[in-house]
Amino acid sequence: MTVSTPSVDLAIETHGLTKRFGHQAAVDGIDLVVPRGAVFGFLGPNGSGKTTTIRLMLGLAAATSGDIRVLGRAMPQSLRDVLPRVGALVEGPAFYPFLSGAANLQRLDTADRYAPSATRAERVELALERVGLTHAAGKKVRAYSLGMKQRLGIANALLSPRDLLVLDEPTNGLDPQGTREVRNLVASLAADGATVFVSSHLLAEVEQMCTHAAVMSSGRIVAQGTLADLRGGGIAHVRIRTPDGAEARVVLARLGLVPAPRVGAPDRPPELDDVVTAPLLDDSTASEAIVAALVAAGVRVRGFAVEGSTLEDRFVALTGEGFDVAQ
Amino acid sequence: MPSDLVVRPARPAAGWALLSSELSVLFRRRRTWAMLAALAAIPILIAVAVRLSSSPPAAGEGPPFLDRVTQNGLFVGITALVVSIPLFLPLTVGVVAGDTIAGEASLGTLRYLLVGPAGRVRLLFVKYAGAAAFCLAATMTVMLAGALIGAALFPVGPVTLLSGDTVAVAESAVRALLVAAYVTVSLLGLSAIGLFISTLTEVPVGAMAATIVLSVVAQVLDSLSQLDWLHPWLFSHYWLGFADLLRQPISWASFGDNAALQAAYVLVFGALAYGRFVTKDVLT
Repeated sequence: MTVSTPSVDLAIETHGLTKRFGHQAAVDGIDLVVPRGAVFGFLGPNGSGKTTTIRLMLGLAAATSGDIRVLGRAMPQSLRDVLPRVGALVEGPAFYPFLSGAANLQRLDTADRYAPSATRAERVELALERVGLTHAAGKKVRAYSLGMKQRLGIANALLSPRDLLVLDEPTNGLDPQGTREVRNLVASLAADGATVFVSSHLLAEVEQMCTHAAVMSSGRIVAQGTLADLRGGGIAHVRIRTPDGAEARVVLARLGLVPAPRVGAPDRPPELDDVVTAPLLDDSTASEAIVAALVAAGVRVRGFAVEGSTLEDRFVALTGEGFDVAQ
Repeated sequence: MPSDLVVRPARPAAGWALLSSELSVLFRRRRTWAMLAALAAIPILIAVAVRLSSSPPAAGEGPPFLDRVTQNGLFVGITALVVSIPLFLPLTVGVVAGDTIAGEASLGTLRYLLVGPAGRVRLLFVKYAGAAAFCLAATMTVMLAGALIGAALFPVGPVTLLSGDTVAVAESAVRALLVAAYVTVSLLGLSAIGLFISTLTEVPVGAMAATIVLSVVAQVLDSLSQLDWLHPWLFSHYWLGFADLLRQPISWASFGDNAALQAAYVLVFGALAYGRFVTKDVLT
């Protein structure tokens, strides 16, 4: 690893960041590169070290070794100057159950000496409105549902204007409507120029809202880059829906492709559609030429698609464990 | 956001907002009010019991100062403090001081305060100030509840001090406040111990219990004459030593000894709490 000079256009940068608990390395020498203005997805199965990394970034826990720079400043040394510009949701929301939602936000806001007391009530009101909790502002948090607590946690991150938002599993406990709202919120924060760092174990979530991502597995980063880069590591497939599966396979083989063998029961009625897939190993075969060849051979093409590899394929290939909890 | 809310002050505020928020959270909790109500019940029980008994307590009978209650109702508060000092006050102070850091850690709000960023040293100071404010509130609750119920059930008149001098009502009120101040100072060392224990755990009940047990242990050790050499170093040693404030002229020696001992405990356990908390990994 080369020693690089701190870069001003990076929101978060780590070098060889390591955190050990006893003999086990929860975070094992990771080099994160989060560009400013990015919506950065931090992917990994449960237990892969995502939340520990976030705790290290925010100065909640001390790294065993390695450097961290957040918004261009060394952490945790510059914590007092950096953290007022960072909004965070760390390992789920946490509040005083005996206080109302608004009172909780006011309480946590007093911790920030850069947050002016004069505008506190107004900022709390706006943050609650932004996450759709205005109606529950006066209700005790004890009576909140999990989804409402999650929204309140996001509101807490938005109490002051932020340059960086660190959101750990922001859609946990939210219904599909709430998930969509969070996605829109993240988009609007990014549009305002903030960098958003979203950790998640949900691929679809990251795929839908992020520009960049890193994949973590057992304490290490196994892939990192723009979403396109990450997907690009996989192989595209053609996918043909046709009742003439056998003929289609023959045509594909003639074009130099290797179609996947037929799956399903051998005595399936022939009038049902068969799905034939084949990997596109190189760019030598144009997809329109495949369609033309199929049609010329009398194959009844009812559906045709070229599919890039999904992030999910890459995720499973990289972590080797899908969504199982890491050991 | 409207533009006037987007402006970030160039310089940080002094940070009093966190202290006032701490006090308001502490005194808005139902638990705090329940403890203060229980403390207020002690003088009320004493006063009602003395009022209902057929013969007034003789000198030296029952807890100290009980015989003076029938002369001046203000003494109900002092009698109730004497009764509360060994157990009830340390119990409530142990709950508040043990809860300081561990309570925030168990709720998970500690990480949000630190990410705020509250600053770990500032948070320790604010938490200790909150515990000290509770010591004052607890002592004053006993004293005021005692004065009120005493004034309601007994005459309020000139009072004979321990030195035999008689002082007027206004003077006796000042003496009562001095005793309350003495008891408040007495509890500051225990609060610092509780704060330190609270930084060691994420289980507030454990920190509370440990603090309360220590206060009992200190009093037990203080009663063993074989451990004479240790006694002046026990934080509970001067707890009941406010009699000097009830003499004419006032002797400040015990107040000074107590204050110096408590200050030493605050410094030592404050330093231990600092050493533990600034390097602690907050994982809840």
